[in-house]
Amino acid sequence: MKAFSYSFIFYCLLGLILLATTDGLAQVESSDSLLSPLLPPSEVIAEDHPGDAGGAIIVRWDLSPDEDRGITGYEIVRSASPTAEFSSVGFAATGSNRYVDANTEDSLTYYYKVVAIDADRNASESEISPPVRSSPQWFDFHLLNLLIIGGLICGAVIYFIAHAKKGKKLFLRRIAGLEAVDEAIGRATEMGRPILFIPGILDMDDVQTIAGITILGRVAKTIAQYDTKLNVPTSRSIVMSTAMETVKEAYISAGRADAYSDDFVHYVTDEQFGYVAAVNGIMVRERPATCFYIGAFFAESLIMAETGNAIGAIQIAGTAMPAQLPFFVAACDYTLIGEELFAASAYLSGEPKQLGSLKGQDVGKIIAMSAIVIGALLETFFAISGSSFFGSLAELVHKLFSIVAS
Amino acid sequence: MNPDNPKMGFFETIANIDRRVIFLFIGFAVIIPVLLSFSCREEATPIVQSIFDKIESLPEGSKVLMSFDYGPSTVPEVQPMVDAFLRHCCEKNLKIYMMALWGTGHNLISESMEDIIKEEFPHKVYGLDYVNLGFKAGQQGLINVILTDLKKMYTTDALGSEIDAVPMMVDIRNLKSFDLILSMGGGFPGIKEWVLFGGDPGNIPVAGGATAVSAPLLYPYYPRQLLGLLGGIKGAAEYESALIKGYPKFKTYSHPAIDMMGPQTVAHIVIVFFIVIGNITFFMGRKKEEGEKREGGALK
Amino acid sequence: MRRQIPLIITFIVGSVLIISVFIPHKPFGQLGENFSVYFDIIAVFAFILGAGNLLRVHGNRIYKKHKDWPYSMVTVAGFTVMMIAGLFKIGGSPGITGDLTEPGSMFEELYMYVFTPLMATMFALLAFFVASASHRAFRAKNKEATVLLLAAFVILLGRTPFGVKLTSWLPDPLSFLEIPNLASWVMSVPNMAGQRAIMVGIALGVIAMALRVILGVERTYLGADSE
Repeated sequence: MKAFSYSFIFYCLLGLILLATTDGLAQVESSDSLLSPLLPPSEVIAEDHPGDAGGAIIVRWDLSPDEDRGITGYEIVRSASPTAEFSSVGFAATGSNRYVDANTEDSLTYYYKVVAIDADRNASESEISPPVRSSPQWFDFHLLNLLIIGGLICGAVIYFIAHAKKGKKLFLRRIAGLEAVDEAIGRATEMGRPILFIPGILDMDDVQTIAGITILGRVAKTIAQYDTKLNVPTSRSIVMSTAMETVKEAYISAGRADAYSDDFVHYVTDEQFGYVAAVNGIMVRERPATCFYIGAFFAESLIMAETGNAIGAIQIAGTAMPAQLPFFVAACDYTLIGEELFAASAYLSGEPKQLGSLKGQDVGKIIAMSAIVIGALLETFFAISGSSFFGSLAELVHKLFSIVAS
Repeated sequence: MNPDNPKMGFFETIANIDRRVIFLFIGFAVIIPVLLSFSCREEATPIVQSIFDKIESLPEGSKVLMSFDYGPSTVPEVQPMVDAFLRHCCEKNLKIYMMALWGTGHNLISESMEDIIKEEFPHKVYGLDYVNLGFKAGQQGLINVILTDLKKMYTTDALGSEIDAVPMMVDIRNLKSFDLILSMGGGFPGIKEWVLFGGDPGNIPVAGGATAVSAPLLYPYYPRQLLGLLGGIKGAAEYESALIKGYPKFKTYSHPAIDMMGPQTVAHIVIVFFIVIGNITFFMGRKKEEGEKREGGALK
Repeated sequence: MRRQIPLIITFIVGSVLIISVFIPHKPFGQLGENFSVYFDIIAVFAFILGAGNLLRVHGNRIYKKHKDWPYSMVTVAGFTVMMIAGLFKIGGSPGITGDLTEPGSMFEELYMYVFTPLMATMFALLAFFVASASHRAFRAKNKEATVLLLAAFVILLGRTPFGVKLTSWLPDPLSFLEIPNLASWVMSVPNMAGQRAIMVGIALGVIAMALRVILGVERTYLGADSE
């Protein structure tokens, strides 16, 4: 009995001791887990940002293994010396492993660290990166493919311009709008009504406006010969000055300097809808027999074209704004679509050198069409067969014609 | 009217209908639904839903840059989009940075601040929750510069305060500091310039709203370069509907885009009606000509 | 010489700007941006020419009482009122030293209550003109016009809830024929293909045009006949 009771007490005590230590261990374990540090990002590499004018460094790192344990982001810190204090230069969101420090000085050496931060503001720093300096580059290699393809197209254009005088007659497809120019001017002359020319609403820094002014020059020469009244309201002051000079020279070269008046070309307003209101008013009051809309247009295109239609004018439009082309096609008699606008001055001049440039353009089209067909076929074969060979080739074609951000 | 064939005369009249009659029909097609408050709810399409989901996914305090790239002429179409974005961002407690590439955008920012933020979210604090950076000239050149250094162009906010004195500008270095860029307008400069000069080179998500005329030009950029797009009033109505679905409290707020869908629907139907009538008169006229040709041939 | 100097300037500036796209090193990297800013500055000064031309042309019409001279009166009056209101900041609280768009200022009131509604009105004209243009243009004259007509129907109806209701009864296997889905397909496939093709053509046209201008082959914009 006594032995049983001693044994019983012993085992009870043992059980109590075991219980207490297990609890304690558990508490120790959980507090250990509370104290377990956030794992830092690793493999921090800092390098000069390529293809720039200096002043930028890219910092890359491997993500912290604790990404899914509540990390809210990474703070990037830098210093001019590994032993000096590091100061913050920016933050990257969780999941991102790249940061561009765009505030560096090229003459200084920098050291970087990446600090993982969680919601409780616990931080864990990486190792210090090797030293790095930013520097400017003389060539942006990300644009190499652009240089090659651009060079091919520009080279073709220049080649055909240079060789245009060899006398070979070029085939040019009919552009109805350009063939109708003389007829349209003749109609206005017969009816004794003026011709309205709108060179678009953008400024001279837009190539469509330049195209519009060059066509104005050619059209003005014919108008001068026919002795018809011309009205050119402009939306920009520089366009007004350029158009005035162009029209004046056209009249002089047609031998009709006496017929020219500075009032042919006049400024209206820069404001889009104020301009179209003025143009509509001119149309309704002066009732031009022919309206040319050649240049860059926005929403006002349909308003002008419909008003022109209402007054019974013959309308020839040309723009490289894809959104406005449908309105002109619906409302005008003739429309120069996109590239036809830029080809128009070459067409109207008939000069071999200008026409040669159109042939050079065709080389560009061949490159574009070939790339589209080849790329589409490769993607299709890849989708059907799943073969990585087609996939890699498709990716190559895609990269050849992409501009990757530097 | 042709006394031998009164039906033909009716169609001849319709074929040569004065355009002012068409204008009158369109006028009534818009006015009557407005007076009768006829409106249509829209279901968000994927191109619109993607913007909504993106804003929903942004944590509190995320930075959203809103560019007011439109003028008074497109206010009826674009303002509902702007209001919807502002409400969503304010509700999500995102930090809103407002700027403009258009000179006319300057006033529109002030109006939006007054009408939406101050009126509907009076607890929001200027400088902490939202800031007006105003208009800066430069078009895509401006975007080029602020891609690397925003404070090079913006030394003060639109109210003249030093930029570093505005608390929410302290940790802004360049465009890459923002979590989302929203451009509203669609003209030039607009969403395309933000994609080409800001979003693509800087790898920053860009979304926005454009007028219905400009939207087709932007679809090629979706979804790789453009996160999403509100195209015209329909897009704005879809976003308003998504906002109401996500946050029912906005049901009692103004929703002009949804209201305008009623008149738009009726106007589209009227246009379809005129197209159908135009084609019927065209075919009847052609039939008449062919009949006359046959009669002329028979007489010979 | 008068024509040679602009051609030389055009050639040098054009060539340098093209090359600077590929050279990030200073000063080339910033050239494109800087020239944009220079152009904007020149455009602002050129505005004085435009304003002068506006006043001269319309002033002349008023003075000589040309046909429709009252419209010229309206133009000159509008120009003068806005200019004076803006220059002298009439009605704004700190006066001439204040902000142009100070709430309550005359400029701001004219902008909000005259200019803005007028701009919106002009834009709203598009709705009416679209209807009249559609009535006239969408005729099934030939195959291409018929395709255009059908596409117009699909898009017009697809942009409205009416279009949704019209074909919502279609069973799931035929859901691609529902008008909103068809409209979405038209916008994202043939429309996008056409837009992209036009954009490629435009880009090539711009290259050819720009080269003709830079090389001096095209000189009409200078007021001279081409070479």
